[in-house]
Amino acid sequence: MSAVLKLDGLAKSFPVGKRLLGAPRGLVHAVQPVDLVVAQGETLGIVGESGCGKSTLARMLVGLLPPSEGTIEINGAPLDNADPAEFGKKIQYVFQDPISSLNPRKTIRQVMEAPLKRLHGLDRAQREKRISEIFASVNLREEFLDRYPHEFSGGQAQRIGIARALAAEAKILILDEPVSALDVSVQAQVLNLLADLKAKLGLTYLFISHDLAVVEAVSDRVAVLYFGSVVEVGRAEDIFRAPRHPYTQLLARSAPVVGRALSAPEGKETELPDPLNPPAGCAFKARCPRATEECGQRVPKLEGDAAHRVACFHPLEG
Amino acid sequence: MQFLSLIARNRLAAAGGIVLVIVIALALISPLLPLPDPDVTDTANRFLLPGAEGHLLGTDHLGRDLAARLMDGTRLSLAVGFAAAFFAAFFGAAIGIIAGYFGGRTDNLIMRAVDMLMAFPYILLALAIVAALGPGLVNALIAVAAVNIPFFARNIRGVTVGLANKEFVDAARLAGLGHTRIILTEILPNVIPVIVIAMSTTIGWMILETAGLSFLGLGSQPPQADLGSMLGEARGALITNPHTSIVPGAMILVIVMGINLLGDGVRDALDPRLRSGALTRPMAATQVRRKGPVPASEDAEAVLELQGLQTQFHVKDRIYKAVGGVSIKVAPGECLGVIGESGSGKSVTALSVMGLVASPPGVITGGAARYKGEDLVGAPYDHLRRLRGDRVAYIFQDPLATLHPLYKVGDQLAEAILVHHKVGKAEARRRAVDLLKQVRIPNAQSRADSYPHEMSGGMRQRVGIAMALANDPDVIIADEPTTALDVTVQAQILSLLNDLRRERGLAIVFITHDFGVVAQLCDRVAVMYAGRIVETGPTEAVLDAPAHPYTARLIACVPELGGGRRRLEAIPGLPPAVDRLEPGCAFAPRCLKAQDACRQGEIPLEGPGAREVRCLYPETELKSEGVA
Amino acid sequence: MTGYILKRLLSAIPVLFGITVIVFLIMAMIPGDPALAILGAYATPENVEKINRDLGLDAPLVARYFIWLGNMLTGDFGTSFSLNRPVIDEVLDRFGATLLLAGTSFILCAILGIAAGVVSAARQYGWADKGITFAVLLGISIPSFFLGMMMILIFAVELRWFPVSGMRMAYGGGGFADVANHLVMPAIALAVVATGVVARLSRSAMLEVLRQDFIRTARAKGVGEGRVIWGHALRAAMVSIIPVLGIQAGFVLSGAVYIEMVFQWPGVGRMLVDAILKRDILLVQGGVVFVAACYVLFNIAVDVAQSLLDPRIKT
Repeated sequence: MSAVLKLDGLAKSFPVGKRLLGAPRGLVHAVQPVDLVVAQGETLGIVGESGCGKSTLARMLVGLLPPSEGTIEINGAPLDNADPAEFGKKIQYVFQDPISSLNPRKTIRQVMEAPLKRLHGLDRAQREKRISEIFASVNLREEFLDRYPHEFSGGQAQRIGIARALAAEAKILILDEPVSALDVSVQAQVLNLLADLKAKLGLTYLFISHDLAVVEAVSDRVAVLYFGSVVEVGRAEDIFRAPRHPYTQLLARSAPVVGRALSAPEGKETELPDPLNPPAGCAFKARCPRATEECGQRVPKLEGDAAHRVACFHPLEG
Repeated sequence: MQFLSLIARNRLAAAGGIVLVIVIALALISPLLPLPDPDVTDTANRFLLPGAEGHLLGTDHLGRDLAARLMDGTRLSLAVGFAAAFFAAFFGAAIGIIAGYFGGRTDNLIMRAVDMLMAFPYILLALAIVAALGPGLVNALIAVAAVNIPFFARNIRGVTVGLANKEFVDAARLAGLGHTRIILTEILPNVIPVIVIAMSTTIGWMILETAGLSFLGLGSQPPQADLGSMLGEARGALITNPHTSIVPGAMILVIVMGINLLGDGVRDALDPRLRSGALTRPMAATQVRRKGPVPASEDAEAVLELQGLQTQFHVKDRIYKAVGGVSIKVAPGECLGVIGESGSGKSVTALSVMGLVASPPGVITGGAARYKGEDLVGAPYDHLRRLRGDRVAYIFQDPLATLHPLYKVGDQLAEAILVHHKVGKAEARRRAVDLLKQVRIPNAQSRADSYPHEMSGGMRQRVGIAMALANDPDVIIADEPTTALDVTVQAQILSLLNDLRRERGLAIVFITHDFGVVAQLCDRVAVMYAGRIVETGPTEAVLDAPAHPYTARLIACVPELGGGRRRLEAIPGLPPAVDRLEPGCAFAPRCLKAQDACRQGEIPLEGPGAREVRCLYPETELKSEGVA
Repeated sequence: MTGYILKRLLSAIPVLFGITVIVFLIMAMIPGDPALAILGAYATPENVEKINRDLGLDAPLVARYFIWLGNMLTGDFGTSFSLNRPVIDEVLDRFGATLLLAGTSFILCAILGIAAGVVSAARQYGWADKGITFAVLLGISIPSFFLGMMMILIFAVELRWFPVSGMRMAYGGGGFADVANHLVMPAIALAVVATGVVARLSRSAMLEVLRQDFIRTARAKGVGEGRVIWGHALRAAMVSIIPVLGIQAGFVLSGAVYIEMVFQWPGVGRMLVDAILKRDILLVQGGVVFVAACYVLFNIAVDVAQSLLDPRIKT
C-alpha cells in the first residue's frame, strides 16, 4: 500500500485579540503539529469531541485554511500553494450540514456544473454526460437537477453534496461529520453509499466524526484527537476494544451502549483545558487517573509501531 | 411572479402600491394635462383658495397655480428620492460586500471609515456637504445619498459576513471559483433581496430627507421647486393661508406613506422568516381546539397520563399532524423513554403536556394530558402556570439557548423558586446554591453568580437540571437533554440524572433518539414514528426482541461500539411528511413485510400485558408473560 | 467598569480625529481661494489678511489641517464673520437650547417607542398591534417639519393651547413653566418619527426574542406572562434596542434642525442653516465639529449602558 496523503507537522494557530496593525495579543493552537499517513484506498477515521481541532484539520487539508506550519503531500508531491482550485482536483470535501453547503439560489445543475467547468473545463455536452454518470452512481434521479436545495431532505442533500465532491474527480475525500446532521435511519443509507463509491472508484477517505460507533464501523484505522493533538492511532477494531491512551478509554466507556449499566466513567467533574492558557505537559493530565509528575513536565510524543501509536507516558496495556 | 402575487395578497401593500402608481402616473402625464404653467406668476391672483376658477388647488404667494406646481414638485421629489436611494444602495452595497467578503484588514479599515461617518448625526454631514458644494438640488441629492451609504454598507456587510462563512461558499472555492465569480454568483444573488428590502424601506426616508433640505432652502432653488421647497416657501404664510402649506405637505405624506406600505410588503414577501411565519409570537399556552370527547381517566395511579393526545401545526392551508393520538402512562418513580427520529413527534408530545408547543402554529386538537388524573389540556392558563415548574418540570436540549443569557444562573434558579413559593430573596438564593450543590457543581456559592456563557455545556445542563428540581416536582420531562453534549459529558449528566431520580423517586419522561441512552436509563420505552407510538414495553424486552419492524430495523441500522467494521442495515426511503399521511401504517412504504392490509384503516396499538405493538405482522409474537 | 469606560474614551480619540479630518476635507472641497471661500461676502482686505494669518491658508493642505486642529484644541474655533463673535461662544450659547429640545424628544421616543413596540409584539395581530402599527407607519411617513406646521395651526392658532414659536416669552418669560410650555409642541413634533422607528424595531426585536428557547424555559418554570414579556423578553430585546436608541439619538439631533426652523427655536440647527445660507463657513465647521463630538461622547454612554446590560460584552 502506498501513501496517498501525508501530513508532516501540520499545525494551525489562530491569533486572538487582533489589532488593526501589528502583532496579535496571543495565539490559540487549534491543531498541534500532526503527522499522519493515509494509504491508498484506506479510510482513516478521526474522532474527537467538540473543540478538539478536527474541523480545523479538515479545512487545512482541502486548502480552505492555510496551515501555520507543516506540509501536506499528495502522492509524494507537496501541496503548499493555498489555491483551493489546485487542491480541488486532488482532494475534495463533504460538508457536515448538507443544506447549508448548497447555495439556496442555485439549481442543483448549477451546483454540479461549477467543478466540471472550472476544474476540468468540460463543454456543455461533456458536462451533461458526466452529471448523468455521477447522479446514477449516487442513486439520485436526474429530475432533481432543476430543483433548488430547499426542496430536498437532509439525506438527499447529502447525496448531492457527495455528487459534487465526486464531480471534481479527486481521489481523496475529506468527510467532515457527513452523517451527524442526518437521522439514524438515513445515516446508514449514506454510509453504505460512501462504502460502495469507495470500492467502485478506488477512493481514499478521511472520515471525521464525534460518533465513535460510526467511525469504528466505517474506518480501517482511527486517530483520536484531544485538544488539538493526535493522542492515539490504531486499527479500528483495536482502538476502542483495547485502548492504550486513557482518553480513548474514557471515550469508549462514555458511549452509551445497550446492555451496559450506566456509570459515570469519570469520577471527577472535569472540563477541557482553556485554549488561551494551555497547561504544561500532557493536556489530559487533569482528567487522567494515571497522571504522574512527569506528565506535567513534558508533552508525550506519539510513539509505537506502525500499527498502533499512542502519546502517553503511562499507556494502558492494549 | 410569485413575488408579485405575495405583494398583492398583502392588502395594505397593494393599497400603497396603487396610490404610488397613481401619483407617479399623474406626475408623469402632468405636462400633457391642461394645467397652467407652474412658473408663471400672477400676483393679482395670489393665495386663491382651492376650487378657484382655473386653479384646482388654488394659487401660492406669487399667484402661481398650485396644482401645476404640485405635479412638477412631485416629479422632482420622486426623481431625487429614487436617485439618492439608488446611489446609496449601489455604493453602500459594493462597500459592504467587499468588506464582508474579504474580511480581515480590508474589512477593518473600511468599517472604521464607515463608523467614522456614522459618528456624525447624519444631517451634520449633509449640511457640511451642502455648505461646501453650495445649496442646490443636485448637491442635496449628493449629500443625502452620501450620508446614507454607511447605513447600507453596514447592513450589507453584516449579511455578507454571514454568507461568506457559509459552507456553500467554501464548496464553490473547492469547485475552482475565484473571488470575483464567488462574489457575483454565490454572494450577490443572496444579498440582492436584502438590498431590495433595505432600499424599499429607505426610499421614503430619502424623499423626506431631500424634501427637508429643500425646506431649509438648501435644496432646489427658485423658480424650480420640489415639494420640500414649496413647503418652505409657504411657511411664511402658514397662518394666513394654510392651504399653500397643506397641499405640498399632504403630498409628501401620501407619497412616503405609499412607499412605506409597499416597502413593508416587499420586505414581508422577500424575508423568508416572515414567509414561513417564523416571526410569530408564541402565546403563553398552546391553543386548544378539541373536537372529539375528552376521554375519562383510566389509571388513577399514574402521575402522568396522555390519552389519545393530538397536536397539529396549522401553517397556512396545511395541517401537519405532528402528534396523531399518543397515549402513554408514567407511574410515580418510573422512567419512560420516548424514542424516535426527528419529525416523529416526540418533542411535540412532551411540550404539549404543559401547553408549551409554540402557538401559533401549534394547536392541541384532541385527547387529554392528565397530571394525577386532572386534565391539563384546556386548563385555565393560571392553573397551568402554577403547575409548570412546580409539579411538572422540563429539561431542554441546548442549555446555552434555554438559559437566559443576561441573568445570573443563581437568579434564574431563585426565580424558579420564587414564582411558586412565598420565600424571601435570601432564602431563595440559599436554596439555589443548594440546588447547584445537588447537581454537583463545584464552588456552587460562586458559580451562582456566573452567567450561562461563562460555563461549559455540561455545567449549563447541570443548571438546567437544578432548575427542573427546584420545586421538587413529581414529573420531569427531559427533551433530549444530552444531545448537544459531548459523549464524556453526556455520561456524567446521565449518571447524575439516574442518581437523582432514584434518590427522589422522580418520574421521568426521557425524550431521545439514542437507544443506548434509553437502555441505560429507562424502565420502559415507547417508540414513535410519524406522530404515533408504534411499540411500547419494558426497555429490555423491546430492545431484545423488537416487535415492530420499524423498531427492529432502527436498532439494526445504528452501529454499536465494539462491533468492528461492517456494513449497516439501512432503511430505504424517508419518514413520511406528517401533512400527507396515507391511511394505514405510516411505515408501510418502507417496510419489507408490508401487505395490502397494512395500507388500510386504523391499526390499533395492542398486545397482552405490558408490551404493545401497532403492527399486523409483528416481528415477534407478544406473549402475556411479557408482563413486567 | 471604570477600566471599560476609560478604554472606550480612549478609543473615541481616533474617532474624534477622524471627524475633524472628514469635516476638514469636505470644507476643502470648496472651489477657489480658501480665504475668499470662507469669507464669502465678508471678504474685506483686512479680513482676508487676518484669516490667512490665523489659519495659515497659504500653507499646504496638511499643514492647514494641523493649524486648524491645533487652534480647536486650544478652544479657538475661529471667528464668525456674519455674527462678528467667536464661533465657540455662539455654539455654546445655542447648544443648550438644542440639548433641551433633543433630549426631551429622545426620552419621549425611547419610553413611548419601547412601550409601544412591546405591547405591539405581545398582542401580535390583535387590535392594539394593528393600531400601533398604523400609527407608527403614519409617524414615520410624515415629514416632521410639516407635522410641526400643522401642530402650530391646530394647537397654537386654532386652540391657543401653546405658543406659536420661540423658546420663551419675549417679555417677562423664561421661567421653567414658560420654557416647558414652549417646549411641548416642538418636542412632540420632533419625537414622532423617532418614536415610530423605535417602536418598529422594538416590536421586531421582541418578536425575535419571544421565539427563543429561554422564553420557553421561563414559561416552563411557571413564570407569569407579564414577567415573561416585560422582564425576560424585554431585557433580552434591549440588547438590540439600545444600539438603535444610539442611532436614533443622532436622528433626533438631526431632526432638531427642521423643528428649530419651524418653531424658531434658538438652537444650533437653526444657527447652522443660517450660517450656510450666509456662507459663514467657519461657523458651520465649528458647529458641526462641536455637535459631532458631543454625539460621539453620547455614544460612549450608550456603549457603557450596553455593557452594563449584557455581561457577554467583555469589559
